[in-house]
Amino acid sequence: MTTLDSSKEIQKNNSEVNETHEDFRMFGLITFLIADGMTFAGFFAAYLTYKAVNPLPDGAIYELELPIPTLNTILLLVSSATFHKAGKALLKDKNSDSQKWLFFTAFLGIIFLICQLFEYFHLPFGLTDNLFASTFYALTGFHGLHVTLGTLMILIIAWQSRINGGRLTSQNMFPLEAVELYWHFVDGIWVVLFIILYLL
Amino acid sequence: MLNKNFYLILIISLVFAISFWIGFNVNLLPAEASINAPIYDELFKILFIIGLIIFIGMTIAVIYSLFKFRKRNGQIGDGIALEGNLSLEIVWTIIPSIIVLLIGLYSYNIYDRMGGMKELNHNHEMMSSNTEKIWAGISQTSDNEIAINNLSIEVSAMQFAFLFNYPKGNFISGELHVPVDQKVSMKMESKDVIHAFWVPEFRIKQDIIPGQPTILNFTPTKVGKYPIICAELCGPYHGGMRASIIVEEESDYNEWFNKNKKSEVDL
Amino acid sequence: MTISIDPQKTNNESLQPKGWLRYFSFSLDHKVIGIQYLVCGFLFYLIGGTLASAIRIELVSPMSDFMPRDVYNQVLTLHGTIMIFLWIVPVVNGAFGNYLIPFYVGARDMAFPRLNAVAFWLIPPSGLMLVASYFVEGAAQAGWTAYPPLSITTPQSGQIIWILSVLLLGGSSIFGGINFIATIIKLRRPGLKLMQLPMYCWAMLGTSLLVVLSTPVLAGTLILLSFDIIANTGFFNPVLGGNVVVYQHLFWFYSHPAVYIMVLPAFGLVSEILPVHARKPLFGYTTMVFSIMGIVVLGLVVWAHHMFTSGTPPWMRLFFTIATAFIAVPTGIKFFNWVATLWGGKISINSAMLFSCGFIINFVFGGITGVALAQVPFDIHVHDTYFVVAHFHYIVYGGTVFIIFSSIYHWFPKVTGKMLNEKLGILHFIITFIGFNLCFAPQHWLGLNGMPRRVAEYDPQFQFVNQISSLGALLMAISTIPFLINVFLSVRNGKNAGDNPWNALTPEWLTSSPPPVENWEGEAPLVEEPYGYGKEISEQK
Ligand code: HEA
Ligand code: HEA
Ligand code: CUA
Ligand SMILES: [Cu+2]
Repeated sequence: MTTLDSSKEIQKNNSEVNETHEDFRMFGLITFLIADGMTFAGFFAAYLTYKAVNPLPDGAIYELELPIPTLNTILLLVSSATFHKAGKALLKDKNSDSQKWLFFTAFLGIIFLICQLFEYFHLPFGLTDNLFASTFYALTGFHGLHVTLGTLMILIIAWQSRINGGRLTSQNMFPLEAVELYWHFVDGIWVVLFIILYLL
Repeated sequence: MLNKNFYLILIISLVFAISFWIGFNVNLLPAEASINAPIYDELFKILFIIGLIIFIGMTIAVIYSLFKFRKRNGQIGDGIALEGNLSLEIVWTIIPSIIVLLIGLYSYNIYDRMGGMKELNHNHEMMSSNTEKIWAGISQTSDNEIAINNLSIEVSAMQFAFLFNYPKGNFISGELHVPVDQKVSMKMESKDVIHAFWVPEFRIKQDIIPGQPTILNFTPTKVGKYPIICAELCGPYHGGMRASIIVEEESDYNEWFNKNKKSEVDL
Repeated sequence: MTISIDPQKTNNESLQPKGWLRYFSFSLDHKVIGIQYLVCGFLFYLIGGTLASAIRIELVSPMSDFMPRDVYNQVLTLHGTIMIFLWIVPVVNGAFGNYLIPFYVGARDMAFPRLNAVAFWLIPPSGLMLVASYFVEGAAQAGWTAYPPLSITTPQSGQIIWILSVLLLGGSSIFGGINFIATIIKLRRPGLKLMQLPMYCWAMLGTSLLVVLSTPVLAGTLILLSFDIIANTGFFNPVLGGNVVVYQHLFWFYSHPAVYIMVLPAFGLVSEILPVHARKPLFGYTTMVFSIMGIVVLGLVVWAHHMFTSGTPPWMRLFFTIATAFIAVPTGIKFFNWVATLWGGKISINSAMLFSCGFIINFVFGGITGVALAQVPFDIHVHDTYFVVAHFHYIVYGGTVFIIFSSIYHWFPKVTGKMLNEKLGILHFIITFIGFNLCFAPQHWLGLNGMPRRVAEYDPQFQFVNQISSLGALLMAISTIPFLINVFLSVRNGKNAGDNPWNALTPEWLTSSPPPVENWEGEAPLVEEPYGYGKEISEQK
């Protein structure tokens, strides 16, 4: 059908454009991350406001232990570094090294999520116990969702780097760079979250 | 040249004259029945006149250009290639800034006179609940007059009614009775969703919020019966959520109060 | 002497767009997507307008007699939501943005065509879902602001569907915003400088910044609200220790910028239309750019003016008064510049011009009542009354919707290659203008004198004025008839428009009408002076 023809043409043309203009895809991703960051900003603002004007009622339990989240902070920071290694390796065309680093990063992500779940099950309060409990779960849960997504994407690109002549090569770094940027972003959010939720 | 300026000045003065005339002669507001009302109406008049001047001026400018610079039959060609005029643009940045700033200062003054900037506290003789956090409202406690005859009323709102608790007399009424020319202080809280307390003739409004007590102080100046309107969407019967405020002479008020007062408080 | 430029001719048959069926496909062509946005938005406008007519019929009499009270609340909630999220926002951003921005930056498509198509196709299902929620258990009935605790206690299914569809629409709008920013900043044709872009690009850049910065906050807020409804958390539920005012802050942090999301693109469009029909350069290009950015920045810090009677302390009320009132300054600059653009021109008085001038007059009126509303002591009396309803209809209808019509008259020849009938167009303008003012001007008085908004019943002394208002609404409904007739007749057998009927200089006119699939057969032209009217041709490259 004619209509399909014309849209195919456009499609072809645009994938060509995309091939040559790496940077505007990155630009788009950065814009998206800013937007995503604003969602977190909204949550943080709500939490801080609650903290300032809605003191805990008597008898409400909202106690946080530090060990697990501290471990999680370290895990994520290390995973950022290992991701960086993966990129370096790919740049030098050491695809299998790169893949190892990627798997290791994903592994750290999964450990993070397990620790998070472990913490959830051992906290003395539940989702609906009080305002702070709810906000705590909303924030960490929303962040956890980001980590889950990130881990999945890392696994996908790790898989791709294995395919010979596949999508992920030193000539086509974009998927890796994009996921890496996203992963650093998620780390950054965690650090802010850790400070606001656990340390303040 | 002089001719042109003359017409310009004529038109501007006409715009001013018309705006002032309308501003002073067209009354768009309901009766004034509290000490807030005349203050409010003063602000309204000023805003109305400034607004009219700007609006009429802009409208005339648009219609005039449409008419004067319209393309005549058979005319072809472009207008002048004028891309900007810095001094003109500076003028119409600065003049609105000044107007806006002056309006802002003036409405600060008005708000202050209405009692909006006063500290929020609800003077309560019966229980000393002064430690309770008051979140918002309009307070009129002029400092020397932490009134002895201060009327403290507690308002609770629910779907779809207002209840007025007179702690001094230990009774609850569905109608708000207040004596004329005396300051009334109300602490309001909602039992379910957000409502709002609005008396158009008093020019006051304050949301009634569940979980956050708010304050509303006012002084009625005119005997009469006025509607209390719920102004915040609160459910299907929001439109029917009404009560009345009855402003009466002090003697009438006292009679009503004594009739309703529960005896236990007399001890 | 009229300056004119010969459009590039498209001779290559294979580049001609083919088949109207492409408008029903998952097309990646920005022009197709633009038209899809426009038509889809217009259909929702008819639905929203039908709901508005139901509101006005109910308000003909003081009693609640036309529909049950809770249905009235559902109708007004749907009316507000549909008009904002499915008509104004998608049309001024999505429709015109998609159609025009690639032309203006000299590109063949948007930066992310696939994302673009996805963003559009999120809209029809979420819109239909929203409308359908009425038939489930009743639609949402807490107003388009969905303030808790009311939104938590009303029937749940309607509110949840409302949240879901607003989330999807918000997502669509964020995707669109990202796409616009990337296209304008990164996809510009080599040699084209930022300060040479047509004003609509700047408006869309500003708008998209607002979209990207504020819409996610709404999304987060609505997610929290849905937790309150489904999972029994207490973020905004005072019974469980929550704070209802926090919701209002978060909501207005999005929804105030949202009003500029609804109007900044219209500012851009009018800046394109006026110079063409007045045959004069746009007055004060640079100050226009700065005032757009000024509005963006100020627009982010004024949200609490919607909460002057809520749980806000005095200092906060005052700060937001001053910040809000200052938006009048950059906005005023734009209006004075437009009048100066008209001044000394050779103005063709046609439908596009009339709607644009109607826009200026109506918006100045709505803006002035806005500045009045920004004053705390003033707002305390009229908040949540028909005065506010009148204020924003003056802006959204008298402003943005007028510009949408103006733009349709202006760009119709580009899209179809046919002219619209001018006589019908002017008739459309006259009925709309009269009907609109008749409908909304009296509402100011209603608000000042004690009629709250969102009520199905009111005091009998307001009946007469309400009837005038309903008469105006009837005229507005009638005014759509000449418009629709005009469009249908002209698409089929309108006068041939040629490629550039207005002799315009902006890039979209420098190709054939309707444009070929990839906009230009050859290279995109470099337009350094999109507003070079009245200058020598030789200056224009
Ligand atoms: C496109 C939409 C749009 C736009 C652009 C605006 C623009 C403005 N709005 Fe409006 N507003 C709404 C849509 C919009 N509004 C909606 C939908 C609501 C109700 C929401 C709800 O509750 O449901 C609302 C409500 C609303 C309120 C809350 C009222 C209340 O609920 O109590 C306030 C208060 O400050 C306000 C103020 C303003 C101001 C100051 C502007 C300014 O931007 C206007 C600036 C423009 C001008 C001033 C005109 C041109 C300037 C000149 C000619 C220069 C000279 C002028 C002066 C010096 C004054 N608006
Ligand atoms: C954003 C854009 C927008 C637009 C364009 C409009 C357009 C109109 N609005 Fe809207 N309105 C809002 C946004 C908008 N509104 C919002 C946000 C609210 C607040 C909601 C809330 O409180 O939560 C509101 C609330 C609102 C109220 C207050 C309700 C209340 O508080 O109780 C009223 C009352 O008069 C009203 C009237 C109208 C009218 C008469 C039109 C007219 O201009 C409409 C004209 C169009 C038509 C009449 C369509 C013509 C078509 C037909 C008649 C049908 C033909 C049908 C087919 C062919 C299928 N609106
Ligand atoms: Cu109570 Cu509306
Ligand atoms: Cu606003």
